[in-house]
Parts: sequence; structure tokens; C-alpha cells
Amino acid sequence: MAVLSTNSVPGEPKQYSSTQVGTWLALIALIMTGLQYAGMLPALLHRLPENWIPPFAIWLDAAFNFIRTDLGLQKLTRWFAEGPLQFMLDTTANLLYGKKRWPRFEQIPWSAIAASAAVLGYYLGGWRLAALAGGTFVWTALIGQWKDAMETMSVLVVAAPMAFIIGIGLGIAAWKYVWVDRAIKPILSILQTLPFFTYLLPAVIFFKVGPTAGAVATIIYAIPPMILMTTLGLKKVSPEVVEAGKMSGSTRWQMLRHVYIPAARTEILVGVNQVIMLCLAMVVLTAFIGMPGLGAKLLAMMGSFKLGRSFEIGVTIVLLAVTLDRLSKAWVVKLPEHHEKGTPWWKRHIYLLVGLAAFVFFTVLGQFVEWFAEIGRRQSFSQGKEIDTAIKSFLAFDIVKGTTEQIRYVLNVWVLNPFRDFLLSIPTFGFILFVVAGALALGGKRSGIYAAIFFGLVALTGWWDRSVITLYSVISAVTLAMIIGLPVGVFASRSEAWSRRVLLICDTAQTFPSFIYLIPAIMLFGITATSVVMSILIFAMVPLVRYTIEGLRNVPPEMTEAADMSGATKMQKLWSVQLPLALPTMAVGFNQAIMFAFFMVIIAAFIGTQDLGQELQKTLAGTDLGKNFVLGICVSLMALTFDMAIMTWAEGKKRMLGL
Amino acid sequence: MTKEAPVISCKNVWKIFGDNPEAYLKKMPAGHTFDDIRADGYIAGVKDVSIEVARGEMLVIMGLSGSGKSTLVRCFSRLHDITGGTIEVEGQDVMALSEKELIDLRRNKMGMVFQSFGLLPHRTVLDNVAFPLEMRGQDRHTRRERALEVIKLVGLEGREDYFPRELSGGQQQRVGIARSLAIEPDIWFLDEPFSALDPLIRREMQDEFLRLQEMLGKTIVFITHDFDEALRLADRIAIMKDGAVEQCDTPDQIVMNPATEYVRKFTEDIDKARVVHASILAEADAKGEGEPVAAAATIHDLAGALIADARDYIPVQDGDAIIGALSRQKALKVLVGAN
Repeated sequence: MAVLSTNSVPGEPKQYSSTQVGTWLALIALIMTGLQYAGMLPALLHRLPENWIPPFAIWLDAAFNFIRTDLGLQKLTRWFAEGPLQFMLDTTANLLYGKKRWPRFEQIPWSAIAASAAVLGYYLGGWRLAALAGGTFVWTALIGQWKDAMETMSVLVVAAPMAFIIGIGLGIAAWKYVWVDRAIKPILSILQTLPFFTYLLPAVIFFKVGPTAGAVATIIYAIPPMILMTTLGLKKVSPEVVEAGKMSGSTRWQMLRHVYIPAARTEILVGVNQVIMLCLAMVVLTAFIGMPGLGAKLLAMMGSFKLGRSFEIGVTIVLLAVTLDRLSKAWVVKLPEHHEKGTPWWKRHIYLLVGLAAFVFFTVLGQFVEWFAEIGRRQSFSQGKEIDTAIKSFLAFDIVKGTTEQIRYVLNVWVLNPFRDFLLSIPTFGFILFVVAGALALGGKRSGIYAAIFFGLVALTGWWDRSVITLYSVISAVTLAMIIGLPVGVFASRSEAWSRRVLLICDTAQTFPSFIYLIPAIMLFGITATSVVMSILIFAMVPLVRYTIEGLRNVPPEMTEAADMSGATKMQKLWSVQLPLALPTMAVGFNQAIMFAFFMVIIAAFIGTQDLGQELQKTLAGTDLGKNFVLGICVSLMALTFDMAIMTWAEGKKRMLGL
Repeated sequence: MTKEAPVISCKNVWKIFGDNPEAYLKKMPAGHTFDDIRADGYIAGVKDVSIEVARGEMLVIMGLSGSGKSTLVRCFSRLHDITGGTIEVEGQDVMALSEKELIDLRRNKMGMVFQSFGLLPHRTVLDNVAFPLEMRGQDRHTRRERALEVIKLVGLEGREDYFPRELSGGQQQRVGIARSLAIEPDIWFLDEPFSALDPLIRREMQDEFLRLQEMLGKTIVFITHDFDEALRLADRIAIMKDGAVEQCDTPDQIVMNPATEYVRKFTEDIDKARVVHASILAEADAKGEGEPVAAAATIHDLAGALIADARDYIPVQDGDAIIGALSRQKALKVLVGAN
């Protein structure tokens, strides 16, 4: 280091590469850590003194209070929550599970909904989708979860359309006006990394507890992808179609209504798919703020360790998710087809008519045969207790018990705890330098500077230790996920058939609401720290495997053929041709894995963690908006640092490789 | 012959792409070449073009890709705003039109056909063709009637209810043509309409196009990069390079008297005998004897006669008048492709 610095002529502009600067910073950090271990580091370099920490939470609270009461925002939001929103939610709740509130509508029999869903499934995707859609609702009714499921659905059917309307509106505005786009972009990237607990508390404060707040949090959570897909779709409309519209003498409104939006149909519908899936994921999670439904049931069952019932609810949620996903995706690819001339009216609308007929038939049937209208608790086929015993006796087998306990022991004592203690022992300043060094090496100067600012802010909030523990869970889970996921991905990518199978599993798994991933972890490892890491691990593995396969499969065939013709062995081909070319794509997967992990680690607070998530969950009970936001922003800033560095690296690499 | 006012007339038209092109054009020294402009960080899409299109004429603009031909046509219809110069369509300065007037102009006077068809994917053939009528606010019944009429005209009867993706490329372009004709435009822009089609279909569509033109007699600006196509269709050809028009003339003149080296290279591989007419070779002061040949005949048409004939000069007849005589020697040179 000394030699290097004497080499540089004073006054000459700095010419060190980001990597060099990064190495220096890492070295300084290393020395600081060393000093800390030797007990020679001044205390204020180890952790920021308490009195240095600005009271962000109090400032934010003051700001929120001003907006809430002085500006009267709360009056407006409360009016909205108690007026129109409550009305819509009550309407859907009446229809779906007979909430019996004004406006009074009769409950729709479950059989009528199942039959209509089956017809819709058949219309969109043939017998398989019909079986999936119909089957899901039949299962839900038979297993005795109809009311819970419909509580969830009643919020979903209000939240999804609203998120769609707001999202498409903002998307159009962002596409049309550059300043809107510029204003929205940073907000979107923060929203997408903000932990969901941070959505919940403001929703509660501004929109009351229960379904209304749940609906609002859900809507806000689901808007960003709709905005992004709308702008993407509108930008992609072929210039000739646009010109054709203009040459036909369309006014601006006609252009938007008849040319742009229909031509961007595919992207907009993909946005709809994402809105529905995010809404479902979020509605389940709003159980934390007292939203009844499947999520609340699952939370209660898991909390009391009733594994059988948890499993059944999990299956219901998964089935609902897969059904909604497949139906909306089928809608994306469903293109209009013409009817032969002279097709009678009823034949053109055959599916609509059959659907209506089925609906009416079962509704009427439900009036006479109670079973078709509602299945009571005692009539259901729930096997909760039996499954519970089965799982518990399975876990009690010596081999199973031995294995899980072995894993738990090894992980905890040899890997997780030492790693956590090591991270906590690094001085704050040294830790920041490490992160900045990494960001510099990966993403260059800009990423480095942002890393310094972001992590500096995290340190200033005073939640440093909790943040480090959050980070520790993320890093260890993602590392474990890589150790398992990458070989799986590499192996699967070797054959067409396996790639397809594994990708299908990943695709399906990705539609599950994140809550679901807690179930297997809790089943195997109980309510322990290992479960936290395990649930994150499973969740984060999905994008890792997926992008590894996609990266490797998308290596241009000329390159692999060239490698084959150069006489490369399979291993040589993998290491020197396929992996280097697939790396940028794999990095995207890695990034997503980290984002997923940040998301999951917060949810895992429910199991009992010591990180930011735990603190966040505590804030939900009170009205401490300031603290809630500070904690949320901490998570967001850390996630953004990784996101920026990795994505910049991946894009640079892609450009370099000419991909 | 009295000269009618041109339908489209453009004078010193510039279209420059880049940041604040107007300011750049103002301070740009005269005589800047395409490459000079590019060195300054701007792209000259259209460079100082002055051209006129007469009523009922078919002007073919041709050039390689990137030569600015599509840009020029988009300036005519103001899909692009020009940077300098003036464009008048039917005596109106298009740059001075308000948004409403521009929309009216497009709704009533202009039709355009696009290279990749530009069909709206979510509308049936009928709804695509009726689209300009719908924009104009015509009622359902009349626009359906008119759309069916044009669909029949382009030979797509029976496919009204198909969606674009259910049609072949050639059929899709027929829809594009029908749509551009639905409002009965006076001016018809065709931007490489047949380039995306297979050679056989292209030939068929060209014939179809000529048939339509014979019937409708519109003022046409046709863009192509295919010289054979240009020669087949054009009354006049404008050859563009780097945004500027190199030469604008009849096919005969372009082949016989290329204005620049670039144009000459373009015409090099052309079978000139099929392009050059007897009229162009007729020398007014020369006197021939015996049976005259028709002015409108190409040298290729006359090949047999030229070889068998023994006369040095053969009279050329346009209508009833003898307009001069062509030198058999020169005609034979054209025939064998020597210059």
C-alpha cells in the first residue's frame, strides 16, 4: 500500500480503478477489525455513540402527525375507508361468504362459483385448466375452508381491480410525461424493497384495522409492477402501428384508446397477472393486522403448532395461487379468433351461456339442497388431526429426528452462530468499508458511493446490530441456497426434459405466497432460528435455480458447438464456455434471491428472530409510525445497495459479452 | 399543356435529428456534408430537398436503407416535423397547420401503407379497414359498407372477420392497402409496401397495385429500395443518398443520363433495353425513312426489328406526329448493354 501511494505523483488526477480503491478500503476495514480484536480500537469507531444518533423516528413522527392531523389527510383516508371502500368490501363479502351487512346480497353457493370457475378455465385453457379451477374451489369447500378462502377472496376482488386501475393510470402518465416518470422511478424502487410490515402500519393508522387496511396495503403493494408493465408495453408498440393510427387521423385520446392500449395488450395483461399474484400474497400477509381469512387461519394454526391444519390451509392457498396464476396467464396468451360467417349468436357466446347456465343451475340447486350451498364444519372432509398425527409421528422417527436435529446442531453451532458473532464483532465503520469495497468492485464508483451513503444512514438510525443480524440471516441463507441451488440448476440444464421440469416447479413455486414457505421449515425444524434460515433458503433457491438454468440454456448454440469442435470435455465446456456466458443472467437470479431473502427474513419475525423484522412486527401493535418507517427504510437501504451493485455488474458484463 | 399546381411541393426541406436541431441548422455553415453534420453529433435525415409531385403522378423515391427516403415521406405527412424549408400539400403549408387541421388533412386527403403493415392486432380485417372511418366519426353502418367495398377491391372478400395474425403477409398488406384507401384519399403514400413479402408475392402485389392505380388514378409517393420495382411503377424516380436527392427524373433519363456517379452505379446492372423508350432516343433533327416505330415502345420491344432492319435512322412516331428518328446504332448499343 505504501509503495503504491509513493508511486503516484501528487496533483496528478487519480487513476485508480474501482477494484484498486475497493481493495484498499477492504484492507483498512480488515486492519480495523484486527485492532478491534486486539482491543485497541477506540470505542467510537466500533459502534456509533448513542448521543450521535439523530432522532429520525421522532422527526418522522412529527412529519406524519403534521400530514395526518394538521393537513387533514387522515380525515380523508378515514372517510374513504369507511365510505366507498367499506361499501365495496361489504358487497363482495356479502356475495362470497354472506357477511350479512348492508347492502344485503345473498351468499353465492360454493357450487355455483366452482362451476363458473370451471367453465372459465375451459374457455381459457381447455380441460386441464377447467379441472384446476373447478377442483380448487371444490377442494376448498370440501376441506371446510370456504369461509376463510372467501374472506381472502372478497378483499382480493376489490384490491386487484383497484391496483390495476391506479397502476395503469400512473403507467400511462409516466409514459406520457417524462417528469412523472422521473418522479415515480425512485419511489418504485424503494417501494419494491420496502418490507411489507412497513406497508401495514400506515395502512392501519390511516384506514383502520381489518379488511379496509388490508385492502389498502394490498393495493399499494401491487401497484408498482402494473406501472412498470404498462409503460413497458406502451413503449414497445411498433412505430408503424402508431404511424398508422396517426395517418388515420386519430386524436390523442383516440390514439390512446384505440391504438396504444390495445396494442400493448400482452404487457398489460402480464401486469394484471402480477397484480393478482401480489394481491394474493399480500392479502394472506395482512393477517398480521387482523385481516381475517386464510392468512389469519394459517397464522393461528402455525402459532399453535397444529401442523395438519396448517398443511391443509397451505394447500388451499397454493391451489388458489396456482389457479389464479394459470387462469390469468392463459388470458395473456388467449388471442381473439374469428367465427365463420353466419355463426348464430348463441354459438359465438357459448362459453358465457354455459357459464351462466351452470351458475343459475347450482344457485337454484343450492336453495333446495343445503349441501350445494354451504358445507358446514362437521360435514367437511378436513383431516387436520390425522395429518397432524402423521406428521408428528413421522418427525418422531429416530432417523428423521436424528437428521433434523443433526442439521440443526451443525448449522447452529458450527455455522450460523459463529458467523453471526463474527459479523457483529466487526466495527461499524469497518463493516461499511467492506460493503463499499464490494459495491465498488462489482458496480463501480456510483454503486460504491450509494453503498457508503445507504449503509451510513443505516448506521445513523441506531439500529445497527439489528440490521447486521438481518443481513446475517440473508447472507447465510442465500449462501446455503447457492450451495444447493447452483448444482441443481447446472444439472437440470444438461437436458431439455429436466430443464423443463425444474423450470415448471420453479414457476409454480414462485406463485406461492411467501407465507407458505414457512410451513415446511416449521414442520421440520420447529420454531427455531434454523427454521428462519431454512424458510429463506427454500424461498431464495427458486430464482437461483431458475436463472441458472435459463442462463445456461440460453448460451448461443454456436458457442457450445465451437467448444465441442475444439475438443472440450463436458467439464471444460461448462467452466470455460457456458458458465462465463451465463454469469450475467445468473447474477440477476442471485440478486433476486437476495431481494427475496430480505423479504422473507422480515416475515420470519413471526417465528421469533432478533432482527429488524422483530422490531417491525412489534411496532404493528402500536402507532409508532416513525420507528416503523425507520426500520423499514433500513431494510430497504440495505436491499437497494445489493440490488444496485449486482445489477450494474450484470448489465456491464452483458454489454461486454455482447449479449 | 397548362401546368397545374403541384399536389406536394417542398422547398429546401431539412430534417435534422439531434438536440435542438433548429438552432444547429441556423448556425450551420452552408455546404456542410452529411459526414460533417454527423461529426457535429447530428444526423441529417433529409438534406436540402426540393421536389414537386404533380397531380396523378407516381413518384418513386428510392435509395438504400438509411438514405432518408422514409423520413422524407414522413415529412410530407408531418409524421415528422421538419427542421427547415417548407412543404405545401394542396397549397397548404403543413407545418403551419394546427393539430385539428392536421388531423382533418389526414382524415380526408391522405392514405399511407407501411412496410410491416402496421395493422392493429386486436381488430378484425373489417375493423382495421374501417378504422380511419371510425376515427372520423362515421356511423357503424356506412363505415361497414365502405370497408366491405374496399376489401372487395383488394380481393379479400370473405375474410372480413379474420384477425391480422390469421392472414399471410401478402393478405395482411392487402388489408393495409384497403385501410389506406378507405377514406378515398387524394394522396397515397406507400412506404416500401412490398419489401417484407416473398419475391413471387411481391410481383403479384405489384401487378395488383398497378391495376388499382389504373382504376383510381391517385397521386402517389412510393418508396422502395428495389430499382426494378421503381422502374416498373414510376412516372418519375427520385434517387436519394445521405438525405439528399441525387437525381429526380423519368426512368429513361435516369438510365440514359445519370446525373451523378452514384446514380450511374445504381443503374449499371439494369437491363436498359427494357427501360429505354424509342422516344428518348429520337433525335429531332435527324431524318429517317420508311415505316416509323412507336415512341412508347421500349428498345427491348423493338429488338427483333432493329436487328433485321438495315436503315441507319428509323423515324419515331408519337401519336400522329413524327418526333424525329433514332439512330439504329445507338439503339443496338442500348440493346447489348454497351455504353
